[in-house]
Amino acid sequence: MKDFGFAIEKPRALDLDKADRNLYVRLLKREPSFARCFQCGMCSATCSARNFTDYNIRRIHTLMRQGQTQELDAMLQKCMLCGKCTLVCPRGVNLRHLIIQMRKLLNNE
Amino acid sequence: MNRYWNEYQKTIADDHYFYERSCIRQTFFPGSETAFLRILREELGKDIFDDFRQHTCTGIGYHADIVPFETTMTVCARLFSLMTEHGYKNYVPSCVTSFGVFTEVLHTWQEHPELLEKTRENLYKATGREFEIPENLVHPSDIIYKFREELAGKMKYRLVNSFTGKPLKVVEHIGCHYAKIFPDKGVGKAEFPYVLAGMIESWGGEVVDYPERRHCCGFGFRQYLIQENRGYSISNTKKKLESMEPYEPDFIVTNCPGCTLFLDRWQYTIAEMEHKTYDKDGYGIPVLTYEEMAGLLLGYNPWELGLQIHQVQADHLLDKIGIEYNINDKYKGVSGTIFRKPEKPTILQV
Ligand code: SF4
Ligand code: SF4
Repeated sequence: MKDFGFAIEKPRALDLDKADRNLYVRLLKREPSFARCFQCGMCSATCSARNFTDYNIRRIHTLMRQGQTQELDAMLQKCMLCGKCTLVCPRGVNLRHLIIQMRKLLNNE
Repeated sequence: MNRYWNEYQKTIADDHYFYERSCIRQTFFPGSETAFLRILREELGKDIFDDFRQHTCTGIGYHADIVPFETTMTVCARLFSLMTEHGYKNYVPSCVTSFGVFTEVLHTWQEHPELLEKTRENLYKATGREFEIPENLVHPSDIIYKFREELAGKMKYRLVNSFTGKPLKVVEHIGCHYAKIFPDKGVGKAEFPYVLAGMIESWGGEVVDYPERRHCCGFGFRQYLIQENRGYSISNTKKKLESMEPYEPDFIVTNCPGCTLFLDRWQYTIAEMEHKTYDKDGYGIPVLTYEEMAGLLLGYNPWELGLQIHQVQADHLLDKIGIEYNINDKYKGVSGTIFRKPEKPTILQV
């Protein structure tokens, strides 16, 4: 491999056709109500963890759908499992159970 | 014609053009400019003047931030003064970068007449010359586009795969400075790039509409001129090549000398760095200028057009179109001497 004195960078654009959505599909089987989420952000708006840290549960949904799961486990540690998000979700997504299942899946459980 | 499409047209003069050559093309693809003059004079019977006293438009230095705009305006004014001296009013710069620079200069003078006066004064003080503003400023591809149907009637070949009878799949790239700076100065503006697509369709080919069609070729001036920055340039080109790869294009046709150079040469570099080529057989995707494409279809000798000095060799494409050529003439100079064959790259097939 020749060295030309510069490198080829990977684009930051996401190619959803090539994204690995395996974890997302498995998550949907464990918590099917997640399919109803329409990304309104009510969960993030009400979340106490969001209020005081950069934790963002809706962002986590998006990253999960896009197969960008590398940093999700660390992010999810900030959730206190209080369940406020489950109460406000207009689509009836069982968020607390969803979060528990995400943590398990990300740790191969 | 759809009335909305009218908004996407531009005025292209019929005849009597003043030609300005491109620095990059004269160095890397000189056959293209010769072919353009031949097409205009011999095929279309037009009057086009090619002045030996012409010079740079400063485009590359200007976009690299080393030539100030005042200098650029004065240098462009000198070129206009040559046009004026010979009695021409239609200016045709053979490069998308120059086209962008001239458009910017003319627009600046329109918005700031005091700068026009200042430029007249600068030019007069420096050279004693005077100039008129061109009535019509077009890129050479605009002229070929305007007369594409007339040329189609004279063509010996079409953009059709002679083995399968299917239209060739062609990627077109108009270049950012053609229609992204001043969209209304380009045919189809920036949203519906049609100057090359129109030629491809009229000459039997099929345009590939791939996701990164409007993305930069990777030149970007500052992205390339300093070696350490070239990663930006090649990453851009790679993004485009990756995006077009699934459509299996037969070749790429470009509007701008920089785009031809980068889409062509970076295929070699990517192959060396990542062992990747963007066609099935490892030869790369040939990159032609629109004059080379037109010249080939008109039956001009591919080696006189200069196809052998591209990085990605087009021999397979010539076979596909059914173009006759003598392989022994590939490296023959005008005097008849056979030049030494270029070294082969390690990965890219030639
Ligand atoms: S359960 Fe977690 S995500 Fe939901 S509101 Fe509480 S802290 Fe936020
Ligand atoms: S509140 Fe419910 S529907 Fe809205 S983003 Fe959160 S999970 Fe999705």
